[in-house]
Amino acid sequence: MEYFLQQLINGVTLGSIYGLIAIGYTMVYGIIGMINFAHGDIFMVSSFISLIVFLALLSLGLTFIPLALFLVLVISMVITAAYGWTVERLAYRPLRDSFRLAPLITAIGMSIVLQNYVQIAQGARVKPLPPIIKGSYTLMEHDGFIVQISNMQIIIILTTLILMLGFSWLISRTSLGRSQRACEQDRTMAALLGVNVDRTISLTFVIGAALASVAGFMYLLYYGVIDFYIGFVAGIKAFTAAVLGGIGSLPGAMLGGLIIGLIETFWSAYFSIEYKDVAAFATLAIVLIFMPSGLLGKPEVEKV
Amino acid sequence: MNQSANQGFPLLKVEHLTMRFGGLTAIDDLSFSAAQTDITAIIGPNGAGKTTVFNCLTGFYKPSEGMISLTHPDRTRFLLERMDDFRICSKARVARTFQNIRLFAGMTLLENLLVAQHNQLMKASGFTIGALLGLVSYQPHEKQAIELARHWLDKIGLVERADDHAADLPYGDQRRLEIARAMCTDPLMLCLDEPAAGLNPKESDQLNRLLLDIRREEQIAILLIEHDMSVVMEISDHVIVIDYGRKISSGTASYVRNDKKVIAAYLGVENEEGQGAEVKP
Amino acid sequence: MTAAFSKKQKAVVKGAIISSLMAATMAFLLSIFMLGLRTKSAAGALVLEPRFTLVAGITVLVFSGRLLLHLFWWNKKALSSHSFKQPGWFEQLASSKKIGWFGQLALAQKLKGLGKHGGTIMIALCFILPLLLFFFNLKLGTGLPLRYWFDIATLILTYIMLGWGLNIVVGLAGLLDLGYVAFYAIGAYSYALLAQHFGLSFWLCLPLAGLLAATWGVILGFPVLRLRGDYLAIVTLAFGEIIRIILLNWYQFTGGPDGLSGVPRPSFFGLPFKRYGDQTFHIFFGLDYSSLHRILFLYYIILLLALLTNFVTHKMRRLPIGRAWEALREDETACRSLGINTVNTKLTAFATGAMFGGFAGSFFATRQGFISPESFTFIESAIILAIVVLGGMGSQIGVVIASVVMIGGFELLRNMEGLKYVFGQEFDPSLYRMILFGFAMVAIMVWKPRGLISARLPTIFLKTETAVSPSPQNKGDAQ
Repeated sequence: MEYFLQQLINGVTLGSIYGLIAIGYTMVYGIIGMINFAHGDIFMVSSFISLIVFLALLSLGLTFIPLALFLVLVISMVITAAYGWTVERLAYRPLRDSFRLAPLITAIGMSIVLQNYVQIAQGARVKPLPPIIKGSYTLMEHDGFIVQISNMQIIIILTTLILMLGFSWLISRTSLGRSQRACEQDRTMAALLGVNVDRTISLTFVIGAALASVAGFMYLLYYGVIDFYIGFVAGIKAFTAAVLGGIGSLPGAMLGGLIIGLIETFWSAYFSIEYKDVAAFATLAIVLIFMPSGLLGKPEVEKV
Repeated sequence: MNQSANQGFPLLKVEHLTMRFGGLTAIDDLSFSAAQTDITAIIGPNGAGKTTVFNCLTGFYKPSEGMISLTHPDRTRFLLERMDDFRICSKARVARTFQNIRLFAGMTLLENLLVAQHNQLMKASGFTIGALLGLVSYQPHEKQAIELARHWLDKIGLVERADDHAADLPYGDQRRLEIARAMCTDPLMLCLDEPAAGLNPKESDQLNRLLLDIRREEQIAILLIEHDMSVVMEISDHVIVIDYGRKISSGTASYVRNDKKVIAAYLGVENEEGQGAEVKP
Repeated sequence: MTAAFSKKQKAVVKGAIISSLMAATMAFLLSIFMLGLRTKSAAGALVLEPRFTLVAGITVLVFSGRLLLHLFWWNKKALSSHSFKQPGWFEQLASSKKIGWFGQLALAQKLKGLGKHGGTIMIALCFILPLLLFFFNLKLGTGLPLRYWFDIATLILTYIMLGWGLNIVVGLAGLLDLGYVAFYAIGAYSYALLAQHFGLSFWLCLPLAGLLAATWGVILGFPVLRLRGDYLAIVTLAFGEIIRIILLNWYQFTGGPDGLSGVPRPSFFGLPFKRYGDQTFHIFFGLDYSSLHRILFLYYIILLLALLTNFVTHKMRRLPIGRAWEALREDETACRSLGINTVNTKLTAFATGAMFGGFAGSFFATRQGFISPESFTFIESAIILAIVVLGGMGSQIGVVIASVVMIGGFELLRNMEGLKYVFGQEFDPSLYRMILFGFAMVAIMVWKPRGLISARLPTIFLKTETAVSPSPQNKGDAQ
């Protein structure tokens, strides 16, 4: 029981990170109907930026950790957003009306570029960071087994919650959200009605990248180890989360993230840690085959 | 085959067809039948559910309720609502065209027509393996298929362009090519989704002649959805009018034309599409 | 035009400067941390090593590059005449006729001329040249680095074969398969395991490995081939990874990360290529022993395998199944309306592609003598896909060109010692291989979504083969 509870807490933490990445997939898919394959690598880039900025601030003599972390988060969001914007501008915008698979292929190309760019710029070795936010609360203790929630986990779960709420507000209440939903429905019509479609799509990428950078920042602090390859696997899992929740649906992405986080954690805890990725990938295949519209998505009616 | 023997043979029978999309009822308890060697037209204002009827008939949608049965002249009966879309073509022998033309744009006209004969050519090629290993003689069958293709290209007057890409054809020719492609599947019923849409009067006329030709020579049922009243009125033996997914009238063209309900629902609503004096009572 | 600038020209210059400044700002933002500060581990902790000159250099380069492009390329017309037009540069690039210098039609005709004789000549050269070189070296003592050359040629041919195999799936049937390497892996492990446990020979295992790969293609393909294009891509990617993870963790069976070593080498009709022994290749033919024999032999095996792939694809394209594949790529709904069982048709494409992947895999195993899951990562799938996409989906000759350029070109890059003098001693050109791959994929898709060679030859003609009809230029856009 205690073991189960502990895994639950770990799973929810992991799921929060996946959920934040998944939002990027789901938004981009909703608006232009393509899988932004490079999104996982945007997340990876952001964790590197966080690491570098943090180290830079430390070496500049900023030792007040909360302020440093806040600055890291803000700078990382800005820079990652710039990456998101650039990827969209270079690889996707020119292909707006090309054939269906073309943007997917450029997305794979972009993903390869980003991975190798980081590898060249920062080296292939893993980058360790000693734990910065320490401390934890003991929730219960039984038979020598302790259920703990660490401060880091609390921060991750809370941040995710706040971002989710703020984000839902952004989509449902602001004019940006309206333009986004208009572009989802009918891009041509939206353009005719004066919505700047290119800008809306760019902004979608920027927001998605900014959210991914929060995830990257928290991933760095939580795990303390990053390398240029983390984006690939995390990206597929977050995509699975997006599909599981129903692609195009924001609450769905969060829910899917949580489920994938839990599946992965419990699988590692009770079955085998080596095959945890297999569990996540198999979930993806099963979901796509049996319920392609996901938990909260709308079924697609084929137009003939 | 003796024409009179087949006249009025009820090939297709649609009973209580209902199709719902979520809360929207696109087709509501629709029943009608179509006879072999007849040209049956389904007309109705925009959004009346015409294309949805077609998509149910050809298996692209599974109807919420109702039965669609197709009886071949040899009395084999097919329940279309239970069949996969591709089997409806290959087994029940129903072929269709699409409202927004769906040709294999990057392939030549001849290739388009050969793809339509896929199933029988697959058998002839020993399911590929036979032909690859040289176990079956595939060439004669291919020759036959090419002859059939040439026959239909001739019918639509495009033999000269057989080796051009389908995408390079003008719009009207693409429409007729799509019909020829459907005919190459050797159907008993041909379903045409707005075949005259976007055609000029001359092309429209060519189309009419092609359809009458097909009926005369192939002895098959033609079911068509139309907006262009002139096509419907000139060549249809039987017209079914639907509005909001319900049948509001059916009968011969002249009967339907004078039906008050039709005038109210169809022509009354869309005066500008009333096609002028011809249809005014 | 007088010396004074017109209003429009001033506007162009002003616009160019603003846009270049924006691009430079972006470049600065992107590079300031990632390139400007390099993390290095020193004494257990990470330290930063500043490289701000690099950032400055990149920013200046982006600014001046974009400005020059604005002034002398995109706005050439605006500055010389008075028409002012300034489309986005990528859009311009995509539709530029100047860059599309080898027009589709002209190329198609050239290729056809080449195809009739050039193909045969090329194949003949592939057969004769290596032997010729070998004897040159032997008799004349020219001392060419043949071992290296043959190795590269074999490598390129392996990729050509893989590209041709994947071309069936991606190019003809239009199914984006991101897990192709799984079948390559299955082929390799099938051969290695069959040979180890049952002592079967390469020539017996080759068809078995192909069959096994094809079977797996059917097993994996059956549930997922109903999915839409991009979902299919992700699921195949997931399958590829699942297979790799299983290979990595099933220690007893696959040797896990250590892989399998001592994979038997192929023999020449039962004659092994060994220095010692009584019935070896060189003794039987009365030759002096040379390690090149085996390398040459491997080269010919892969050449034949690749040609087999090409031959079968060529044949199948002209059979109903091949036409159905292409029709499927063009319009799946229309296929179903014509009575084609699309799932079966996709499965055959998937299985055929997988089979050739399996062949290539067992060749890989026998050539390397050692296999491990490391050789079968996603990046390998991406390289093969890149070759197919860049060459022109569905084009056989395109795959050849792309393989030679990509694999051969990067081999050249690796050996460019001269670059070290430019970029410093630490410069390792092979690191840049994949990033160039990635950029090439993006650029080709933007510039020519159908790949370098996008002309498609019809599979059949009603009249005699008189002319190659032009492929619709931007057909891709219509889909």
